[in-house]
Parts: sequence; C-alpha cells; structure tokens
Amino acid sequence: MTDLTKLTLADAVDGLKAKTFSSEELTKAFLTNIEASNPTLNAYVEVTADKALKQARASDARLAKGEGGALEGAPLGIKDLFCTEGVQTTAGSNMLRGFVPPYESTVTANLWRDGAVMLGKLNMDEFAMGSSNETSAFGPVKNPWKSKGSNADLTPGGSSGGSASAVAADLCLAATASDTGGSIRQPAAFTGTVGIKPTYGRASRYGMVAFASSLDQAGPIAKTVKDSALLLNSMCSFDAKDSTSLDIPTPDWTQSVGQSVKGLRIGVPKEYVLDGMPAEIQKLWEQGVAWLKAAGCEIVEISLPHTKYALPTYYIVAPAEASSNLARYDGMRFGHRAEQFTSLDDLYATSRAEGFGKEVQRRLTIGAYVLSAGFYDAYYVKALKVRRRIAQDFDNVWGQVDAILTPSTPSAAFAIGDKQIDPLTMYLNDVFTVTTNLAGLPGISVPAGLSADGLPLGLQVIGKALDEATVFQVAGALEDAAGFVAKPDRWW
Amino acid sequence: MTENSKLIQGRTGAWEIVMGLEIHAQVASNAKLFSGAAVGFGAGPNEQVSLIDAGFPGMLPTLNKYCVEQAVKSGLGLRAQINLKSQFDRKNYFYPDLPTGYQISQLYHPIVGEGVVEVEAEDGSFFNVGIERLHLEQDAGKLIHDLSPTESYVDLNRAGTALMEIVSRPDIRTPEEAVAYVKKIRTILIYLGTCDGDMEKGNLRADVNVSVCRAGNYDKFKETGDFSFLGTRCEIKNVNSFRFISQAIQYEARRQIEILEDGGSITQETRLYDPTAGETRSMRSKEEAQDYRYFPDPDLLPLVLEQAWIDAIKADLPELPDDKRRRFMSEYGLSQYDAGVLISEQAKALYFEAAAKGRDAKLVSNWVTNEVSARLAADGKDFSDNPLPAAHVAQLVELIETNVISSKIAKEVFDYVWNGEGSPAEVVEKHGLKQVTDTGAIEKAVDEIIAANPDKAAAVAEKPQAIGWFVGQVMKATGGKANPAAVNDILKAKLGL
Repeated sequence: MTDLTKLTLADAVDGLKAKTFSSEELTKAFLTNIEASNPTLNAYVEVTADKALKQARASDARLAKGEGGALEGAPLGIKDLFCTEGVQTTAGSNMLRGFVPPYESTVTANLWRDGAVMLGKLNMDEFAMGSSNETSAFGPVKNPWKSKGSNADLTPGGSSGGSASAVAADLCLAATASDTGGSIRQPAAFTGTVGIKPTYGRASRYGMVAFASSLDQAGPIAKTVKDSALLLNSMCSFDAKDSTSLDIPTPDWTQSVGQSVKGLRIGVPKEYVLDGMPAEIQKLWEQGVAWLKAAGCEIVEISLPHTKYALPTYYIVAPAEASSNLARYDGMRFGHRAEQFTSLDDLYATSRAEGFGKEVQRRLTIGAYVLSAGFYDAYYVKALKVRRRIAQDFDNVWGQVDAILTPSTPSAAFAIGDKQIDPLTMYLNDVFTVTTNLAGLPGISVPAGLSADGLPLGLQVIGKALDEATVFQVAGALEDAAGFVAKPDRWW
Repeated sequence: MTENSKLIQGRTGAWEIVMGLEIHAQVASNAKLFSGAAVGFGAGPNEQVSLIDAGFPGMLPTLNKYCVEQAVKSGLGLRAQINLKSQFDRKNYFYPDLPTGYQISQLYHPIVGEGVVEVEAEDGSFFNVGIERLHLEQDAGKLIHDLSPTESYVDLNRAGTALMEIVSRPDIRTPEEAVAYVKKIRTILIYLGTCDGDMEKGNLRADVNVSVCRAGNYDKFKETGDFSFLGTRCEIKNVNSFRFISQAIQYEARRQIEILEDGGSITQETRLYDPTAGETRSMRSKEEAQDYRYFPDPDLLPLVLEQAWIDAIKADLPELPDDKRRRFMSEYGLSQYDAGVLISEQAKALYFEAAAKGRDAKLVSNWVTNEVSARLAADGKDFSDNPLPAAHVAQLVELIETNVISSKIAKEVFDYVWNGEGSPAEVVEKHGLKQVTDTGAIEKAVDEIIAANPDKAAAVAEKPQAIGWFVGQVMKATGGKANPAAVNDILKAKLGL
C-alpha cells in the first residue's frame, strides 16, 4: 500500500471521495508519522489525536453518505496562532502557555465547515515575530532538509516554521499559516513547499492572535500550487467580525492552476537585484524568467523605486502595531501572571518580562519608541507615508504587467543559531516579501530549484490586489516548468 | 472691557477665570461601541462583557452603527460640522479596567467638528460656547477596592460602552456659566435621545479645565488667539453634578489665584475634586502624564459617512430646545423666562403643549411650572413619569377660563385631582365647587351680611377699602364658590360705593 501521507491534498480529497481509503486511515497514518517524527522536528506543539480521529470518523460517515465539503476528511495542521475552541492556543509564547480559547477563529471554523480534520497545533516564532522559528517558547523547529555534506540542523524559516516543516516532512496534508512580513512565503521557500499570502482582507483575522493588524494575513502552506489554492478557497471568506475583511466572493482558485500563461506580462523589478545577493538566487530568478518566457509570457523590466525603504518601513509599522496589540497580555485575565510583585506596575512589568521572549520584547520596545511623543511623526507617520509610496509603486506598474516575479528569499535555509547574534541580518530575510504586506497584495512562493548545497529555493509571484487567480496561474506555470519533485532524505 | 461680574478680586488686583469643558456623555444604546455586548444599569458584575471587551487574543472590534448615528445626531443638535470621514485611534496605557491596554478613541479625526451652543445665563442673557469637537470613544471598566482589604476587583460591564466626548472652546468664564453650559448640553442630548443625561449614574460627567489670568487678558486672547495671554490650566477630572462643578471651579480658581499672588506658578496637572473636603487635589502632573502613544487603530477602517444618510438623520431630528423656546414665545406669547423653564425638560415642554392647545397658555404654563412641578418634586418624580394627564390641566384651566371655578377654588380642585379623585370637572361636580354666579344667591348673602353688620356697612362709606372684609364674609358664606367679580359688583351697589 502506498504511503498515504505522501499524497497531495487534492489527491487525498479525491481518494477520500472515491473511498479508496478512509479519513480514519489517513489520519492514523499522519498521527503515526507525527509520533515518530515530531520529537525530532518539533513541528507540532500539541497533537490533538483524539479530536482528529473523532473528526475523521465523522467525515467518513458523511463521505459514506456521499456528502461532505471541499476538504472532507483531509488531515491538516494548524499554526498555533489560530484560536481553536477547547484546544490550547499559545502563539509560541510562554505568555499564553495553557491558554485554551472558548472560541474558534473564522479561518479554522471555515476549514471544519468544509470537513477538514485537525491533527494539532503547529510551532511558530513567538507571536509570529521571527524568521527562523527560533523565538518559539517551545523550542526551534527543525527543517527536514539538510545541506549536502553537513549534519547541521537547519531552520525551516519563520514564523510559520512548524507549518512548513510539517508539510515538507509529510506530517500533514497541508497547513494553515500566517504572513505579516513573509512568514508564509519564506518558510515555504526554505522547505520546498508552496505558500501563499492572499490579498489583505481576503481571510478573516477574527480569532487569529494578532501581531500587526494592518499586515497580518492568513494563508496556506501546501505541497503543490493546486493544494494551496484548494486550501485558500476554504480559508478565505467575508467575515463581519473583522472590520478589515473584504465583502467580496471567494473564487475557486483551483480553476486557475494549470491555465495557460500565454500572453501574460510578467514584471521583473530591477530594485530586487540586491548587492551581494548569492549568484544562485540570481540564477534561479533568471531561470524563472526563462521558464515564463518559454510558456509565452512577455517579460517586462519594471521599477519599484521605493523597495529599498520597505524593510525599515516594515520594522516601524509592524512593531508599532504589535506594541499596542500585545498590551492585552498583562497578567490580569488570562495568560502568564507573575507570582511575585510589589505593585501594579511591577505586576505588569514582571508578568510581561517573564512571559515574553527577547525578540518579542525587542519589537515591543521598538514599537513603543516609534509611537512615543516626539518620535511619532519622525518614525510612524513617515513610515505610513513611505508605505503609501510603496503601494503606489505597485499601482504604477499594473498597467504594464499582470504579475511580478522575484526570488522569495535572499538565501536558502540557514543553520539554527546562525543568525541569532544579529537581529538585523535576521530581518533581511524578509527583504523580498515585506513589500506585498505593506501594499496588501497577494504573493506566493513556489519551489523552483535547489541550491548548490541541495537546499530548496523559491520564486515569488506577486499579483494585483484581489487577483490571486493570475498569481495561481503563473505559479502553476512555474511549478510545471520547474518540475520540482525533490524531497528531503529522511534523517529524523 | 471685561464685565465686572466675571472678575474675581485678589489681594493684588482683579483676575478672571477661563474654562473649557470636556463632557463625557454615555451614548444611549443597548449595545457597546465595538462589541455588541449589552449595556444596562443594574447587571451583576461582569455580566455584560464579551470576549472583545475582555481583550481576548484574536478578538476584533466592529463598529456599532447605531452609536455612530447617535453621535451624528448629537453633532447636528450642537449645530456642528459632521465630518464625512473620521477615524479611530488607540490611546495606549496599562490599567486593570482597560483590558486591551488601549482605549479606542478619535484623536486625529473626530466624527464631529466645530459647532456653537447658545446658553442662557441666569439673568436671561445669552452667551455662546464654541464646540471644538465631539468624538466617539470607549469607556473603561470599573475597579472596586472596598470588597477586600487586600484585593481590588474589576467589573468590566462598562468597558467598551460608547461615550461621546464633547470638547468646548475656552469660552466659559464663571462657575455659573459652566453649570449653565453643562445643563444646556445635557438638555440637548436628552431632547435628541442620544444620552439619558443621568449624572448620578455617571452617564454624563465633565472634566473642567480651569485657568486664571489677569483682568483683560482674556479679551486679548480672543483678539489674537494667542494662548499665552491665558494662564496655565489644571484639569479637574470627572465631576458628576452641577453643584460639584460650581464648587470645584470656585475652589480651583481661588487656589490658583492664591498661588499666583504669592509669587508662585501653576503647574499643569490633572486634579480630582473631593466633594467631602470641598477641594481639588493633584492626581498627576504633566511630567507624570502618560505618553499615550496614539495611533490610528489598524483593526478599524476609516469611518466614511454619506451626506444623504446625515441628511436623513437631520430631517428626522426632534425640535431642539432653542427652537422650542423661540416657538413657545411666539406661538404662545410666553415670556423668555417661562418658555425657558418649560423647555428645560423635554417632557415638561411636551406636557405643556398637550395641555395648552386652545387654552390660556400663560395660565397653563403657570400651572405646569408651579403646581404640577412642585407636586412631582415632592413625590420624587419628574415629567417623564408624571401620573397626571395633561388633559386634566387643560380642563382645570378651561374651568377657570369659563368662570366655572375661581383660581382659588382651582387649587382645591387640583388637590382632589392629584389625589386621584377624577378629572377636574368630576371633582367640581362631586364636591360642589362650582362658582356661584347666580346673582340672586349672592345678593341674598350680601343682604344678610349687611343687615347683620350695620356699623361696618356705615364705616365703608368713610373707608372704601374696608369692602374687603365684606367680600371675605360673602365668600365664607358661599363656601368660596361665589364669583369674586360678581360679589364685588353687588357689594358696591348695595353699600352705595
């Protein structure tokens, strides 16, 4: 019998519908895999085996009657940023260790509505602040990939490192993730998986632990472009409980995957050529251009002049919002509370000092600083202005191009511990991805090749607001052309 | 020239007070501003709290449209600019009554901009107070310190309730003006139904910014707009009665003048009024003031209103107090004072109008503002829970107008009616209080009294004022029911006056 855990989400859903196998069998296969692998990879912070089996049996009952939703019986992993009713939700933080929400996030509620099965909660950087999963209070996630000739453990990227690692190591069919500055796309690129961040407002933020409200957006990490489309279909919806949710229908994006890209105009932004960028990244990008050209696309060199300001802008806006969003973790109503304190202020300070890790504290401090009297105009207001310019850059090119192609990351996966010394080099990981968050645009990372060290590399397709369809179309073409089938050698 | 009434004499010369008020009015709404949780008085602790109010992870605010409508209505009532685009900002600070660690307010772009309120002073003159803005914001919860010697308790029922903060220009000059201004705002909001105005429950409260300056400097400020002519202000927080507003201002102005006359300077600070001690006390100075790190709330989109929607609200506005007062004066011929007393309470004004149709309005006004008001006050009621139908007042006045009863008897009739004995007509019938206009009956009484008191009758010729004694006797003999005019005429004729 084939290893069910190696199936794509789309094939698994078809197999379940055809009753080739049951959801219970499939779920058990994943639970077995998780049991064997998770002690090493640390992708899951909590495995909800009982819940999974219960859901699987319910799905089987529906499938037996010829009923069921688009994801009926499909076992998924859930990033621990999504509140799940009755299941601990920590956002990777000691602050929320033991917090069991009495409510369900809209995104996960949509998945259960469509019949998905929850295997457990996936590890992540604390409050989604990080690019390597090393800031998690539950320890770093290991990337199933290793460099040729090295035994060093690599990071799967972050903040959705648990999601990416779990998908790459077949610990779930696909996973939910979230992206504030690249937290879906960078881990996807580091693990040879596909990750898409949709247009801001497509997926509801209700019940998703907030990092930076104006940037946070949920999306999937999956094995194929089609799988990511299938999962995104379910995740997105208009939600009156989120004021920034867009009241527009969600199309069936699986229809876009595989459509010809002939005649599409693809922008290649010259500002994304970085000084000191590894040659293999440049080469991969050129390869991507060549593939799309061969598929009939017209390649247009474009300019996005404010790109160089994107990272500094991001690292003002995101911490500013975070400093306010995370003020609710005060030890009063839920979450960690200091046992020893001398005053109200001391209770706040101690609870937060004990509950938050270093990176979170760093960003909250930056955020409070850029919003403080006397600095607000110079930092925050200016950052908002630059943010508008960055969005304007994109608006200016949409007349000439239908989508934009860039590398997903400036490097392949790096070793755990490598970039911890200097937070700024860690921040550089987001250099190609933050612009779409700042502009609210959809962006996907598609595995497109291997580095010289045998590590996966990704290409990013950026689309117009609400035009995920074109993004999926182009991503599908890249996937076809790249023919990326490599899987990590199992060492864990 | 500054009017003398606005000056305070100090040891070293005259001073004047300058005030601006921030009124916090709880929006009359069944649901909170962003959570949909119920709003109400009398619920048990933390019974009206949603996960959004309690700041749970992943919870998001969604704006209550009704509260927006109420704010727009209030803005229109203040004759203020309604901003088609406004925005919500976060005011960040830590306190246990503030679950999210920030209050959602509108600092940079309020929903309502500039307006003007006309306020009637005690002497019947009018003064204008500029409105700088009205914005929507969330209220905080409540801390309870007296349930335990070692713990403080938090009640979040009020957390997230919608408030309108109405900020005035520094156009208020005396404690009396401040009180009149708050009363006026309160009346307008009650008329509009946008705030119940219940100050006892804290549903309307004021922060009073007080500064003092040398006589004449206020005029210079008005001419130039240069705030340096004004003194340093202190903000007295959360004063929740008219009396306390007046007392707090008087104390605070004196305090500031004394400091300045002793050569000191005023520190900008937030103060609290202690009604028991009758003094204001420092809460925190400007240096200790928190940096609230205001920034636009990224969970909420800018609030964009359509002019047509505002126009529809405007078309639906009830008659405002100023308009009502002017109409009462022109339509019913009432004095400014009487009209002012009637319109001070919307229910009172409605009651008056219900009773005044086709009647002597001045008379109805007197009955409403004197007798009815006094009885209600004695019973701890007001016009909104008035047990006496307006039709009864109308009928009572009609009975007086048509000489069925005298004004004097009317008081007696009113007593019976108030005590629930029926309508005035029924009471008059039942107790036989009809005025005697039958000249025969009166003549008979007059004759008898003159006959019984010949000496007094003779004396009247010398001293015509003594007729009053005869009038009294006749009224007594007729049980007060004789028509006083008829009695007078007949007496004069019989006594040869």
